[in-house]
Amino acid sequence: MRNIIIVIKKQIKDTIKNKVVLIQFILFPIMTLIMENAIKLDGMPELFFTKLFSIMYMGMAPLTAMAAIISEEKEKNTLRVLMMANVAPWEYLAGVGIYVWTICMAGAGVMATGLEKKDMLFYLLVMGIGFVISIVLGGCIGIFAKNQMVSTSLVMPVMAILSFGPMLALFNRTIEKVAKFLYTQQISVLLNKMSFGQGNGESIIIIMINAAVFIALFFMAFRRRGLE
Amino acid sequence: MIQCANVYKSFADKTVLSGVNFDIPSGEIFGLLGPSGAGKTTLIKILTGQLAYEAGSVRILGENVENLTGEDKKKIGIMMDEFGVYERFSCVENLQIFADIYGIPHIKIKETLEMVGLQDAMRKPAMNLSKGMRTRLQLARVFLHSPKIIFLDEPTSGLDPQTMKSIHKIILEKKETGVTIFLTTHNMEEATALCDMVALLNEGVIVEKGAPKEICRKYNHQKKIKLHLSSGEDLELKHGKESATEISRLFEAGAIETIHSSEPNLETVFLELTGRKLQEDA
Ligand SMILES: Nc1ncnc2c1ncn2[C@@H]1O[C@H](COP(=O)(O)OP(=O)(O)OP(=O)(O)O)[C@@H](O)[C@H]1O
Ligand SMILES: [Mg+2]
Repeated sequence: MRNIIIVIKKQIKDTIKNKVVLIQFILFPIMTLIMENAIKLDGMPELFFTKLFSIMYMGMAPLTAMAAIISEEKEKNTLRVLMMANVAPWEYLAGVGIYVWTICMAGAGVMATGLEKKDMLFYLLVMGIGFVISIVLGGCIGIFAKNQMVSTSLVMPVMAILSFGPMLALFNRTIEKVAKFLYTQQISVLLNKMSFGQGNGESIIIIMINAAVFIALFFMAFRRRGLE
Repeated sequence: MIQCANVYKSFADKTVLSGVNFDIPSGEIFGLLGPSGAGKTTLIKILTGQLAYEAGSVRILGENVENLTGEDKKKIGIMMDEFGVYERFSCVENLQIFADIYGIPHIKIKETLEMVGLQDAMRKPAMNLSKGMRTRLQLARVFLHSPKIIFLDEPTSGLDPQTMKSIHKIILEKKETGVTIFLTTHNMEEATALCDMVALLNEGVIVEKGAPKEICRKYNHQKKIKLHLSSGEDLELKHGKESATEISRLFEAGAIETIHSSEPNLETVFLELTGRKLQEDA
């Protein structure tokens, strides 16, 4: 438990210093603030940019951050030093995961400023769940990749599918039929409904299946590779 | 403190260690001397539980290395070249992480950095440190939690002579506090200056071990006396009675510039035993 907090503390200290990851965390929240205030077109759906950027944020930031942080520590062999100091691999992963989730939730908090008060809880809950799935997936990549280069080349396509799939689905029926099975697409559906009411069943089931698949993948990767 | 009995290790079909034996008593500096590729780093990894081995046994602190607990690990400090530091963090920030992990008061951080001579670079990000300073930071990280056993993999390789000397001083100071130190090197002067005991490792086999002086004495079978004469001539005489009159004659004639007996050093012993040099450029 203590080691998890130490890892979180270390990451918090690194937040300002690690520009690559920092940009991932703040880009979409800032873009949301700017676009929502700057662009108001007739006939544009309400909170168009908030919803669009929320999904892109979910598909990019946690994934990139997790994979980048883990693969950098592997490449520089600082992770090995932590392990030799008796930090358990799961403690390290939990620490980084909690850190990334918390920062992303803060980002979501910024993006939620345009929302009505009554929708905030729903929005943050849905985002929080989506971040968890993205973090697990980013963790998989971090565990799998030996170094930062491999990690980046794995993150890119996954990130593109998760973030741009739902956006392209707006314009193209065929893509929508496939994108439907992505948790990011279903979270986008939920954000459009923005209510706890009836009719969320299908989305919730698909999101749960996504979560189950990625968590299984995570444990498989972890058992095969550990953090070596 | 560190016992290694008949350890074998191979990668794929390549045997890297074949039957390594030694027993290091508490409080000594043990040097593993060998050329590049001899298996030094591999052995350190095995001794510290980072690598599995095929046969033999390794005991650290009286415990099989496989069974070391978290508490035991806190009594061990390891420095390897490949062990990185947090590049964006300053020296102090780097040590803070490990002080927290080991539950050591932060006051000890400054003390440790002073001990390794980094007091003026405490707030510098690690990425701006010179090679020597980075080595010092790595040493500070090893010393921070006052381990009982320290493993150092080529602690001075690639450093200038002055930095090397000051690191030797730090290592000897540590020994004074009763720490057991295992170090690898391919520098025979370093081994002679630091180690109570050395083992010469070649292609995974320890070809000789003992106190550096004893090893040299043991291989002192050439026993020659070398003279350099004022005439510019070099002369080699047998180290024995039969040379006494000749030497005395030369002295009386004032013909001797320099005179010394040629004793083997670890380098020549290694060469004699293996036909190989310790250092490519030596
Ligand atoms: N993971 C590995 N897989 C395959 N072979 C390896 C591995 N690690 C080391 N070796 C081989 O084992 C031999 C010994 O390597 P080791 O790193 O222990 O040498 P060393 O004595 O530390 O050399 P140096 O002085 O250059 O550091 C080398 O031939 C190396 O190629
Ligand atoms: Mg080595």
